[in-house]
Amino acid sequence: MKPHGITSRAHPLWLAYILHRLSGLGLALFLPFHFWILSLALTNPDRLDGFLAFTEIGIVKLAEFGLVFLLAVHMFGGLRLMAMEWLPWTPPQKTLAAGATALSFLIATLFLMQAV
Amino acid sequence: MTTQSIKVTIERSPDEQGAFEVPAYDSQTVLDVVSWVQQNADPTLSYRFACRVGMCGSCAMMVNGVPRWTCRTHISKVIKDGAVTIAPLRNLPVIKDLVVDMDPFFDKWVEAEGVHHGSLTRHDPIAPVDETSATRVEANAGIECINCSVCYAACDTVAGNPNYLGPAALQRAWTLLNDAKDEGRVAILDAVSGSGGCHNCHSMGSCTTYCPNDLDPMSAIAGLKRETAKSFFRRER
Repeated sequence: MKPHGITSRAHPLWLAYILHRLSGLGLALFLPFHFWILSLALTNPDRLDGFLAFTEIGIVKLAEFGLVFLLAVHMFGGLRLMAMEWLPWTPPQKTLAAGATALSFLIATLFLMQAV
Repeated sequence: MTTQSIKVTIERSPDEQGAFEVPAYDSQTVLDVVSWVQQNADPTLSYRFACRVGMCGSCAMMVNGVPRWTCRTHISKVIKDGAVTIAPLRNLPVIKDLVVDMDPFFDKWVEAEGVHHGSLTRHDPIAPVDETSATRVEANAGIECINCSVCYAACDTVAGNPNYLGPAALQRAWTLLNDAKDEGRVAILDAVSGSGGCHNCHSMGSCTTYCPNDLDPMSAIAGLKRETAKSFFRRER
């Protein structure tokens, strides 16, 4: 049976699902590399210093933003999933909870920006 | 609108598409369009319908790639640039043209223990049901399912795992689990925690998004996930 095309995925729940999956995949690919670099501190400190100098380049800094984005998206995706499946809340309660989380995150970020 | 016509594409098989010009009317449904084609253009076109008022659940099809109950879907809501593509429901074997074999869908309904597990006989007094109890409210949330298979067609997990019971059957299991008159708790939890059970669900939410009766199978499945997990940790089984 050949599957028929489906264009019905463009809704928030499915997009949240795919964002969670793809960010997880990105992090999974990054982690072995991350641990390998960390291990250089023990096995080859000179090489580690060389790599740390490499992270001063603009494009690498930009990639770090991407990494933080993946982490943030994946963490909130996981929290969302656990809340959705484990807390028998009504849809308005979930909307309120998501709004409160977004607001507190916004305020926390503003404080962080001031501190930096 | 009566002077205009609609370009209708009907997927009669993966390789064969029929193109039809159908006159447009006010308050015309997708089912009206399919019926017009069968009655005026091609009498060999097969499709399925019965009640035409959204009660029987037999006329669901893919309309522009979205599963819908065609009798209650106005063509004006789905038409794009004067055209519409109609295909048989996804995730089910096609018998002919727009008719799918619903057997896998109904078999899974039974597999998920979506049957009545009674303990009383006709000689017992009728058990009182408290309409305001939390479990009854949960059960009531899912009882308007008309078995149209729209959720089953919308679900990517069903597409990826042919053994997955699917949103409708699992929602039925959740309804019965919360029904004070049903005594099948152990059988239901057993049925929905197997390899094709509720834990396959990735909460993509297409079932809830496209249910024509505004039911919420995704939350029902989440309920089953909680109950099976609680049952596991309490070492009930």
